[in-house]
Amino acid sequence: MSSAVIETDNLRKSYGSFTAVNGVSFSVQPGECFGLLGPNGAGKTTTIRMLYGFTPRDSGSLRLFGLDCDGAWRLIKDRIGVCQQDNNLDPDLTVRENLEVFAAYFNLSKATVRERVANLLRFTALEGREQSGVRDLSGGLMRRLVLARALINDPQLLILDEPTTGLDPQSRHQLWSRLEELKAQGLTILLTTHYMDEAQRLCDRLVIMDQGQILVEGAPRELIRRHLGDSVIEVVAPCADLRRMLVERGLPHEDLGQRLVIYSGNGDDLYRELVAEHCREGCMLRPATLEDLFLRLTGRELRE
Amino acid sequence: MMELQVSRRLLRVWQRNLLVYRKTWKIAFVPPLTEPLFYLTAFGVGLGGMVGTLAYGGSPVGYTAFIAPGMLAINIMQSAFFENTYASFVRMYYQRTFDAMLATPLTIDEVITGEILWGASKAVIGTVLMMAVVSLFGLLSYPYALLLLPAAFLGGLAFASAGMVCTAIVPTIETFNLPIFLFITPMFLFSGTFFPVTNLPGWAQVVARALPLTHLVELCRSLALGRPSIGALAAVAYLAVWNVVAFPLALRGMRRRLVR
Repeated sequence: MSSAVIETDNLRKSYGSFTAVNGVSFSVQPGECFGLLGPNGAGKTTTIRMLYGFTPRDSGSLRLFGLDCDGAWRLIKDRIGVCQQDNNLDPDLTVRENLEVFAAYFNLSKATVRERVANLLRFTALEGREQSGVRDLSGGLMRRLVLARALINDPQLLILDEPTTGLDPQSRHQLWSRLEELKAQGLTILLTTHYMDEAQRLCDRLVIMDQGQILVEGAPRELIRRHLGDSVIEVVAPCADLRRMLVERGLPHEDLGQRLVIYSGNGDDLYRELVAEHCREGCMLRPATLEDLFLRLTGRELRE
Repeated sequence: MMELQVSRRLLRVWQRNLLVYRKTWKIAFVPPLTEPLFYLTAFGVGLGGMVGTLAYGGSPVGYTAFIAPGMLAINIMQSAFFENTYASFVRMYYQRTFDAMLATPLTIDEVITGEILWGASKAVIGTVLMMAVVSLFGLLSYPYALLLLPAAFLGGLAFASAGMVCTAIVPTIETFNLPIFLFITPMFLFSGTFFPVTNLPGWAQVVARALPLTHLVELCRSLALGRPSIGALAAVAYLAVWNVVAFPLALRGMRRRLVR
């Protein structure tokens, strides 16, 4: 017996000769916010589509809420809320009708729907906009409505596929604080994102994926510490002898042309040395971030 | 045999479309109310005087009475076919409505079946409106003509499924021009709608009798004029068989298109 909300083992999915997901295994515990990170085409969306039964998997096992996905899919889908990547609100309907029609797909009773719609409109600060057509909403409002719609069935697992892509900073922060509230209430969340600050803020644990496989798994801070140490040294406009020195001493670093990022572990000594001997200016010791780790693991070349 | 995954939940898909239809009913009601007025005036009054009467089932029928059921059948064909081609394609491709539905407990079979039932229902709604106008001209023989309603549903299903088969395969929305010009328009003209199929040369009669609208026209004419016939029974059988073939084809095609 396991109490995990999601348990995947060796999930695989291919499209012709292209392998989108190549043996992905992870589990998500109740109340956890779990992140799937990776460059475009890493297999994040395919993975979560398999989770909510949209995409059939080629092989591997998948259990949600301890139930086998092949037999109990309707029970499972009753307990999941999904914010898909595309904005697929119903443009023929108003804000309120979007929620009510969606509630009907879950066969909720009229009284339940009335109560939940009122609560969700309040929760997502959409009160007063009930009668607006979806076409009249801004990007931020639409995203909030998508979130409200995903919560209409009072799910035990919320799946978010790039929830804040394309939003302005105000809307992103608004959405994040809503998600943090949900987390505080004990909702289990699975999230894909391209924003490292988002992942670092929301995720208890995450995986970084590339080419259909999981590269690393763990808590954000712990992953950074394990792979990069506490800090990195960033050098702007580095000189040639610094480059030579790094290669000679075999220090791990990333060369970006106009910039060097040196993975120095706990690099106070190295930093002092660099400032004293190589580059008086443009040398910076800063905390290592998830973005440093992400780029270190997945490389810097463009994916698409 | 293909396993069908449907429950009563498919009615929720149907209800969603009805809700949207009710918001636009003032516009949606215009074609079925005005079309018969225009057609009956132009063809019935204008052309009818020149044509006089036609022989139908051994006895004479005025030209206006002859084309009125043809018009009903055309409306059934067009409402259902257009609903499950253009309108379904917009919901599927541009609005991603089906994707959103498939993240709920609805199955793909329920979504598509709900859409097809809606297409057929829209044909019935149009038929009710059209019958009201045609009745004003005194061209329907009641109570027999009330059977036009189940006939509209049966015929609506046939063209709804046919439309959904097209939606499952067209690459772009413009591609619907192809089935419309090669399938819908020829039927509109040659399926016994404005003149008897027997006026066509022999080979063309064979082609016409293979097409679904010919049978729907035959059925509607028999019911509208209150003259039961073997042809009407054969038409019901034909449309039933058409549905048994086209509906699974539509489901299979849409599964192939949407499940990826």
